[in-house]
Amino acid sequence: MKSNSMKLAVAGSLAAALVAFAAPVQAQDASKEKCFGVSLAGKNDCKAGAGTTCAGTSKVNYQCNAWSLVAKGTCVTMNLPGNRKGSLVELKRDLPKS
Amino acid sequence: MKPLERSNVRVNASIPARAGVGLKPEHYRDILEENPDVGFFEVHAENYMGAGGPPHRYLEAIRERYPLSLHGVGLSIGAARRLDQAHLQRLKELVRRYEPGRFSEHLAWSTHENGFLNDLLPLPYTEETLHIVCEHIDQVQASVGCQMLLENPSVYVLLAESVIPETEFLREIAIRTGCGLLLDVNNVEVSATNAAYDPIAYINAFPIEHVGEFHLAGFAEAEDEAGERLLIDAHGSPVEPSVWSLYRQVLRRAGAKPTLIEWDNDVPSWSVLHNEAMKADLVLREVGEREQANAA
Amino acid sequence: MPLSLSESQTAFSAALLAPEIEAPANVIRPDGRRADRRFAIYRNNVAVSLIEALQANFPVTCKLVGEAFFRAMAGEFARVEIPRSPVLSEYGIGFPYFISSFRPAQDLPYLADVAAVEVAWNQAYHAADGAYLSSLEGLNEEELAKAICTPHPSVRFVSSPFPVCAIWLGHQAEQFSPPSDWKPESVLLVRPEAEVSLHVLQPGEFAFAQKLRSGERIEEAAIIALGIDPSFDPGAGLIKLLRAGAVSSIRTFESDEGE
Repeated sequence: MKSNSMKLAVAGSLAAALVAFAAPVQAQDASKEKCFGVSLAGKNDCKAGAGTTCAGTSKVNYQCNAWSLVAKGTCVTMNLPGNRKGSLVELKRDLPKS
Repeated sequence: MKPLERSNVRVNASIPARAGVGLKPEHYRDILEENPDVGFFEVHAENYMGAGGPPHRYLEAIRERYPLSLHGVGLSIGAARRLDQAHLQRLKELVRRYEPGRFSEHLAWSTHENGFLNDLLPLPYTEETLHIVCEHIDQVQASVGCQMLLENPSVYVLLAESVIPETEFLREIAIRTGCGLLLDVNNVEVSATNAAYDPIAYINAFPIEHVGEFHLAGFAEAEDEAGERLLIDAHGSPVEPSVWSLYRQVLRRAGAKPTLIEWDNDVPSWSVLHNEAMKADLVLREVGEREQANAA
Repeated sequence: MPLSLSESQTAFSAALLAPEIEAPANVIRPDGRRADRRFAIYRNNVAVSLIEALQANFPVTCKLVGEAFFRAMAGEFARVEIPRSPVLSEYGIGFPYFISSFRPAQDLPYLADVAAVEVAWNQAYHAADGAYLSSLEGLNEEELAKAICTPHPSVRFVSSPFPVCAIWLGHQAEQFSPPSDWKPESVLLVRPEAEVSLHVLQPGEFAFAQKLRSGERIEEAAIIALGIDPSFDPGAGLIKLLRAGAVSSIRTFESDEGE
C-alpha cells in the first residue's frame, strides 16, 4: 500500500498541471511544413537514412584495418572525465599476423 | 495532429508512354515547388516500408500530382528458398496505400541464410530455376493483386549450369505467369559486354510483345583479370550514347512505352536529371509521330 | 550432376561474404574460365552498399570517429551481421552492441550509446504517424491520477552514463560543439509531426515516462518516480511529456474501478 500522503502530494501536483495545461497547446514540433518545402533554408530535417539502390557501385571498398586507424573525427576534441582525451586506440601490437 | 493530411485528390494512376524519373529524397522539394512536367515517378518499394513519417508525406504529396510506379529490389524472386512472407505483406500494404500504376521486380536473388545481401545476384537459367521463379511470381501477383513486370538483369559472371538463353527464359516466364517484362536497356549493354554477346541480337530476340516499360541509366567501366572491358551497372552518370542508340532501335520494334531514367549513385541536381528525362521524351515523341504517320 | 539452385546459391553467398574464399567453380567468364575478379564485383557491391547504408543511418557516429575509421568498423560489422530485411533504414539495430565490444573504439566509451540514439532516431523517424494530446481540458486530478497514458507510436528512450543527447545535438550544426558538462543523460525521442525531437529527462522524469509507457496508472508511475528522485514533480513531469507530443491519449476510469 502506498501512503496516502504520497497520493495526496501526487494529486496536488497533478491539479497544478491541470491548470497549466487546460488550454490546447501545440507540441513543440509543429513544423510539419518544414517537410513540404516551405522552409528551404536551414538544416536538412528531411533526411531519410539509408535508401536502396538496384544498381551496383563503381566505388571500391578498400578493406583497411580498423586496428591501425587513428581518429580523424570530432571525438578527439572531447575531454572525458579524469583528463582523458577520448580517441581511437592505435593498437599496432594487436595487428593480426599475416 | 491529423494523420497524413490528404487532399484526397490523386491523379489517375496509369503510367503514360512518357519519360519518368526515379524519385530521390534529394529532389522532393524541387519537385513539389516546381511541379515539373514529368510522365511519372518510380520509387523503390523498400524505401517506403516504414509505418509512417516524412518519407510517406512526401510520397503522398507526389502521388497526388503524378502517376507512381513501384519498383521492388528486395523480393529475391530467384532465390531457391521461399519468398519472405513478411516482406510480401509489406509490399501488399504499400500497393494498397499508393495505388501505383505499376509494380516491377528483378530476375535476380539476394538472400543469405536469414539475411539480405542488398545486391541483385545472377541466376543459372535452367528448368529448375524457371520453375522456382514462375512459382514465386505467381505468389507475388496473387498477393499484390496485379500484374507485375520482371526486369532483365545486369550480370558480371555466367553460371556454368545455364542452358537456356536469357531472352527465352524471360519469354517463358511471361507466358507461364502472365507477368509483363521490364526491359532495362542499360542492363542489355552491360550484360552483353560482360557476357560477350551482341546487344542488338539480344534485343531482336527479346519477347518485345511482353514489354511494359523501359529503364535507362548510366554505367561505369572496369576491367577483369584478363584485361577485358567490364561494365558496371552503376546508375551514377548520364545515359551513355551506346545505350541511347540501343533504345532507339528497340523502340522501333516496341513502340513508345513508359521509360524511366534511373540515377541512384552520385545523385545530380534535379535540373540535370530532368534534362535526361526530357531527352528520353524527345525520342519517345519521334517514335510516336512515326507511328501516327504509319497509321495514316 | 549439376548443382541444384539451392546448393549453388548457398556456395555463392557464402563466398560473397568471405573474401578469403575463392569464387565457386561454377561462376565463370564467357570463355568458361574462372571468374574471381568478376565475382569480386558482387562482393564489392555488397560491402560498399552495406557500409553506405550504415553511414546513412549513423551520421553522428561517423562524424565522431571520422569516415575512414567508421567505414572500416562498419565493414567489419557488415561481415558478421547482414540486414535481416531489405528495408535498409532498419539496418544496424545490432550496431551499438557491436561497437561496445569493438576494441579499436574502446577509448570512446560513449560511442555505442550515441549509436543507440541514432537507432532510436531512425525508429522514431519511420514510426507510424499518430495523434498527440494537446489539452487536459475536462479532467480533474482524481481522474488523472487513476488514468493510463497511451504513448505516441514514435516514442523511444535511450539512457546512458554519458551526455549522449548533448553529443548528438552538438553534431547537428556545421561546427561541432562538445558538451560542456560531462554527465549521464536519459533521452526521450519523439516525432509528433515531421521532425524527431530529443528531450533530456531527469532520473525521476525518466522513471515516470518509462512506467507510463509500460501501462502503469499516472499515480503509480509518479510514486515509483518519487522513490527514485524525491524532488520529482509529477504534474510538471506529465506536462513535459505532453508538450513533447509524447502522449497520444489519456484513458480515464470510473473512480474505484480496477483498484
